[in-house]
Amino acid sequence: MSTLTRPTAPERLVTEQRAQANRRRRRREGRIGWGFFAPFAILFVLTFVIPILVSIRSSFFTEKAAGDSLYGGGGMVETFAFLDNYAQVLGNATFWEGMGRVLLFGAFQIPVMLGGALILALLLDSFIVRRVAFFRLSYFLPYAIPGVIAALVWTYIFSPGLSPINQTLGSISEWLTGLLGNNVDLTIDFFAPGTIIASMATMTTWTFMGYNMLIFLAALQAIPHDLYEAARLDGAGEFDIVRRIKVPMVGQATLLAVLLSIIGTVQLFNEPTVLAAVNPWMGNDYTPMMLAYSSMMGTTSPSGAGPASAVSISMAVIAGILAAIFALVQKRSTR
Amino acid sequence: MAPTTQTPPSLRPSPATLAITRIVLIAAAVLFLAPVYWLIVSSTKSNPDLISSNGLLFAGNNIVENYTALMSWTQGNFWRWVGNSMLYSTVAGVLGTLVSVSAGYALAKFRMPGKAGIQLAILGGLLMPIALLTVPLYIFFNGLGLTNTIWAVIIPSCVSPFGVFLGRMFVDAGVPDELLEASRLDGSGEVRTFFTLVLRLLAPAMVTIFLFIFVATWNNFLLPLMMLNSAELKPVTLGLYGMMSYFSPQYGAVLQGALLSVIPLVVLFFVLQRYWQSGLTAGAVKG
Repeated sequence: MSTLTRPTAPERLVTEQRAQANRRRRRREGRIGWGFFAPFAILFVLTFVIPILVSIRSSFFTEKAAGDSLYGGGGMVETFAFLDNYAQVLGNATFWEGMGRVLLFGAFQIPVMLGGALILALLLDSFIVRRVAFFRLSYFLPYAIPGVIAALVWTYIFSPGLSPINQTLGSISEWLTGLLGNNVDLTIDFFAPGTIIASMATMTTWTFMGYNMLIFLAALQAIPHDLYEAARLDGAGEFDIVRRIKVPMVGQATLLAVLLSIIGTVQLFNEPTVLAAVNPWMGNDYTPMMLAYSSMMGTTSPSGAGPASAVSISMAVIAGILAAIFALVQKRSTR
Repeated sequence: MAPTTQTPPSLRPSPATLAITRIVLIAAAVLFLAPVYWLIVSSTKSNPDLISSNGLLFAGNNIVENYTALMSWTQGNFWRWVGNSMLYSTVAGVLGTLVSVSAGYALAKFRMPGKAGIQLAILGGLLMPIALLTVPLYIFFNGLGLTNTIWAVIIPSCVSPFGVFLGRMFVDAGVPDELLEASRLDGSGEVRTFFTLVLRLLAPAMVTIFLFIFVATWNNFLLPLMMLNSAELKPVTLGLYGMMSYFSPQYGAVLQGALLSVIPLVVLFFVLQRYWQSGLTAGAVKG
């Protein structure tokens, strides 16, 4: 009995050696793992970690011309400004107007895009449709077109003179004018300050609805079909199945899609930049991301790395807060 | 998707439901395809025809004139821009895929110290607003003197947290531990096991990751806009934007440029359709 409870010296040595060998193997495994992970780790540090740290640091500094003279004695010096840059951004009406525009944009565009994507996915997932592959591909095709190119094409589609939409509406107006006797004009000014946000929303919805539809469709197809059978045996109709099984089961995918859309919306840049090329009144600070870019490139004031960093970081924080609020509300309401 | 033939009679939809479903799906397809169709038609027209003719019908053939205008406005750089896009996207795609798969393999198959931290960093990277990162990247790369070189575009494009996420999942699903053990018992070193066994098993998965990185790089506009100055280095998205904004353009020429520049991507989409599906499925189900 005593040998069981109290190992002899040689036995202790053996367990000791085994533990040591185990530790050595563990360490070796960790080393090899890090070896395979190292290339990504290095690149991640170079393109995420360091730039973010550099940017946080520079958001606390301003650049001023060196020397006493007005134009400086040469070169720029950085002076510690603590929260000045942030105070400037947060006190800047342009920043908040831009933020208001992207939020207004998102408040309409995200529900329309994701709602449409979900409806299309549900229709394609129902067993009554044939030629699913054709529909899937035609909805997804716009995603193959780079955002800037899509914005460019849509800008021409919306342009006065070129617009095929206004051509059609124009002919209808003429016909109605002839019919009713008084002047009817149904054509739309897509570039007016009141409508341009809707024009942008059309562009992004067109580009991303199919992509999100595919994500929903993938989530729907992962649902085990026995669930539907069981529900039908219990007397559920097709609409009940959609409402009680399908929609809740894609909740996870929806959450992710909304989060990514919020993050994407806050940094809206391509579409307004392209539109601004033909609508100079939009300026170069129409959205916060355009403001950050223009600050960095020195085409708006305040300019430089400090203010540009402060704009970017403020936007990241706002995006994070919005995403967190949404995730919390979502969690609360599903409980 | 259950084939229609197996549908029990009680579940057969009413003709009205069927009709509405079809109308909605077809209407959506028309809306999604119409701008592409308009692009194709308009790229063949001259400015007067664009304004006076029906937008949905072909008018006078102006293809050659538009092409000539495209070449002269871009100072012969158009195909060079397309080549640049191809180069940046391919290099970033290949490097990024290898790096992602390697990192995913490490996370899936090895007990590493600091793994929890890594996973948090990757999640952060996934949710990071990428456009916002561009300003910090510019500041840092400018300090290193890398701006206005191809590396300023290629290096950031290689780094894909989503690629690592996919890589890890594909390794989990497609590389059995037994095979790795067998390979080790055969005396194969870790590096050789990775390159000969793991990469071969993951070939289809790698196409998926490559596709995502390739398209993201091709579509990126802000990064090259900030990083590149020289006309010779521009990718085609940047070049066409410049053309649109600086010249009082011959619209048909710009649209022809847009059309020519999306053909490579559209071909890639059609040919590699099923690889998209597997990546999106992964994102949807595990995401």
